[in-house]
Amino acid sequence: MVSAIGEVPQKTLEILEPWRGRKGFLIPVLQAVQHAFGYVPKEAIEVISREMKMPTAEIYGVVTFYAQFHLKPRGRHIIRVCRGTACHVRGSLKLLQKVKEMLKVEENGTTEDLRFTLEPVACLGACGLAPVMMIDEDTHGRLVPDKLGPIMDQYA
Amino acid sequence: MKITSLEDLRKIKASATDQTSARSEGKTRIIIGLGTCGIAAGARAVMEAVLEELSKRGLKDVSVEGTGCIGMCQQEPLLDVIRPGEPRITYGLVTVQDVPRIVSEHLVNGRIVEDRLIGRAD
Amino acid sequence: MPTYRSHVLVCGGTGCVAGGSQIVQARMKEELVKKGLDKEVLVVQTGCHGMCELGPIVVVYPEGTFYTRVQPDDVKLIVEEHLYKGRVVEKLLYKPSEKMESVKHYNELPFYAKQHRIALRNCGYINPDNIEEYIARDGYQALAKVLKEMTPDDVINEMKTSGLRGRGGGGFPTGMKWEFCKKSVSDKKYTICNADEGDPGAFMDRSILEGDPHSVLEGMAIGAFAMGADEGYIYCRAEYPLAIKRLKTAIAQAEEYGLLGRNIMGTNFSFEIHIKEGAGAFVCGEETALMASIEGERGMPRPRPPFPANKGLWAKPSNINNVETWANVSPIIINGGAWYASMGTEKSKGTKVFALTGKVKNTGLVEVPMGITIREIIFDLGGGIINDKAFKAAQIGGPSGGCLTEAHLDTPVDYESLTAAGAIMGSGGLVIMDEETCMVDVAKFFLEFTQRESCGKCVPCREGTKQMLLTLERITRGEGTMEDLDKLEELAVMVKESSLCGLGQTAPNPVLTTLRYFRHEYEAHIREKTCPAKACAALIQYIVNPDLCRKCGLCAKNCPVTCISGDRQTPYVIDQSKCIKCGTCLEVCPFKAIRKE
Repeated sequence: MVSAIGEVPQKTLEILEPWRGRKGFLIPVLQAVQHAFGYVPKEAIEVISREMKMPTAEIYGVVTFYAQFHLKPRGRHIIRVCRGTACHVRGSLKLLQKVKEMLKVEENGTTEDLRFTLEPVACLGACGLAPVMMIDEDTHGRLVPDKLGPIMDQYA
Repeated sequence: MKITSLEDLRKIKASATDQTSARSEGKTRIIIGLGTCGIAAGARAVMEAVLEELSKRGLKDVSVEGTGCIGMCQQEPLLDVIRPGEPRITYGLVTVQDVPRIVSEHLVNGRIVEDRLIGRAD
Repeated sequence: MPTYRSHVLVCGGTGCVAGGSQIVQARMKEELVKKGLDKEVLVVQTGCHGMCELGPIVVVYPEGTFYTRVQPDDVKLIVEEHLYKGRVVEKLLYKPSEKMESVKHYNELPFYAKQHRIALRNCGYINPDNIEEYIARDGYQALAKVLKEMTPDDVINEMKTSGLRGRGGGGFPTGMKWEFCKKSVSDKKYTICNADEGDPGAFMDRSILEGDPHSVLEGMAIGAFAMGADEGYIYCRAEYPLAIKRLKTAIAQAEEYGLLGRNIMGTNFSFEIHIKEGAGAFVCGEETALMASIEGERGMPRPRPPFPANKGLWAKPSNINNVETWANVSPIIINGGAWYASMGTEKSKGTKVFALTGKVKNTGLVEVPMGITIREIIFDLGGGIINDKAFKAAQIGGPSGGCLTEAHLDTPVDYESLTAAGAIMGSGGLVIMDEETCMVDVAKFFLEFTQRESCGKCVPCREGTKQMLLTLERITRGEGTMEDLDKLEELAVMVKESSLCGLGQTAPNPVLTTLRYFRHEYEAHIREKTCPAKACAALIQYIVNPDLCRKCGLCAKNCPVTCISGDRQTPYVIDQSKCIKCGTCLEVCPFKAIRKE
């Protein structure tokens, strides 16, 4: 997630290169684009459309269908609060509210300093440790609201 | 290495089974007293000698366990051998020099080394 | 190769990693070097043991000593006491209860005693990143047997004899599914592994992928041989980064050993496996939607027929099974279908993995023979309800499943009995609820999930789930009417009967079962405007008891909306018009002066 916006067309071309002439390319390409820029910029969609001869409407259709893709820039760190069943019965709603309060953002919102984006997710599959949240690729379990501050401090 | 036959697979299995043998059960066990007195009496050296002897002889199906003080401190280092289906044999005052004998006589041939024997338990 | 007298197994599953097991592992290696034990003690990272509640878990062999909740600072103690001096570290052993003695050995844990691990056979026992450890545990023997000694029909017959049914939820007989695909004539076929484990509360597939990825690869290769496929896909959800990493390593190793790729084991059979990362859509767990997603389209289900066995991925015959199903294939081939069929009930054979979670003492993964009762799972394996509160319901089968009551505790767990009771086997999520769980809230919770995940292609699911959700929201706010209940039921039946795919067809199950078994709770919300479990925010209030209040002011200080007033002289009072019912005041009050009613 380091590339600058000006590099979008060039970088997208690089991502597309190995996929030319292959089927089933769209989702892996979008995943790579998002990995490079943190979201799927409009400019990238235009390049994919032109190079792969696919209507932009179809690409938008796929981007908006999957929860993973984002059309707007996101924070440096993604906080995913698990809202699965096991976490729900062990109090994850309260955690989510606490995080919202601390960051002053709504669900799927990004803090003004672009530090955090908050996303509730269906289930992180770490139900034994409920309630759970993930920051980037680290899973934090057995949470209580008081633990949140020290954990978030680890992510600058 | 490409596996092209059942034989290849068996070979890898045999060598890999050795790697994980410490995790299997139902085989000969050697238990060494590693309490403070045991270590002071030289039990660590005995344990190292056991490991060396086992690997020299290629004996893979033997587990080497440490245990705490048994209470017979004057007899340390203590070394127990349990062969499947046989009583637990306890040796006392074991030295590094005794180890090859215990391994070859007892573990391999099933003969108890009488001059170091101090007890047996079912 | 050196002989290690002792192996220290450190769990590297997601649960234990979250608890700090990576640090424990690193510290362990350091301490061993310090003590000069690194040449005789081997540290191995394994997959999940299933007892995530007790993680990080460390098992020391050859003794099989089972240490729980091991923190980095405990490592020194284990090395100095156990590995150096041979003394078990008592304080890190698992104690099932205050009265009972602590458990030293892995096999003595009540949690494991009733289990029969087939799909989970290697989880927590081998290093998932080392193919040789898998081979040591009879890995790839089944593939060798199939390639060298069996015909595709032999394999399919063995699978049919075993009685194995799809473990992803549908419960369709695996052998028959393979046969349909085999009979389909085509120049190209695919086998697919559904690793898009989306049911909230289920994580057995993640555990298998992380702890024993080769078991899935071997199962898929055997299936591909039987059906005549040469290419396979594993569709894994992006929320499982560790599983994807381990799978990639496993595939590379299998290719290096000639167990995947061209001319496997020197035969004419070739099979390659690709990994496709999901992009976050629950509906992609449905097989036709999953295939649409692999093709790069919106993951929407397609009407069947044509069935995937005839026209699946890129319109070629395809077979989809889920992770747990694939992991069962090799043991069936090695031990025979009859062996597998000897376990379980008449129509549900073998074992099933359940993810036991919620308000139960031992949460984690359990693999038990079919036919075991729900009571045994909750009270024998799970150790009962947390704080010994009253059991209220077991939600089985995820958002497509249903809630069962105390009256069902002795129901044997098999596909037919669960369906008869209104639930489904589903993927095997088993969430336990106690007296503090509101069943209307639970129904609403699941419907929020399915409504959000509905792909919108068919009207009954898109509109029906939305209307049901709105009704449930009214009821939990205390604004429902008795007519709402009839409408809810009517709507639920309509959505169930007329939706296009499994998502819509099963989405009403939580509503229907709670209406059936917990109607009195719905009625309490409507008639008395109360929530019996005191869970629905709109129907409860927090009140300060002035007799108990010591006027410390902690509640007011912590209240996020500053709706509590008072001072050193006057007891504190909560302004109900501003209160958001977050419950913080109740938690922080040191004198238990605040109550919920």
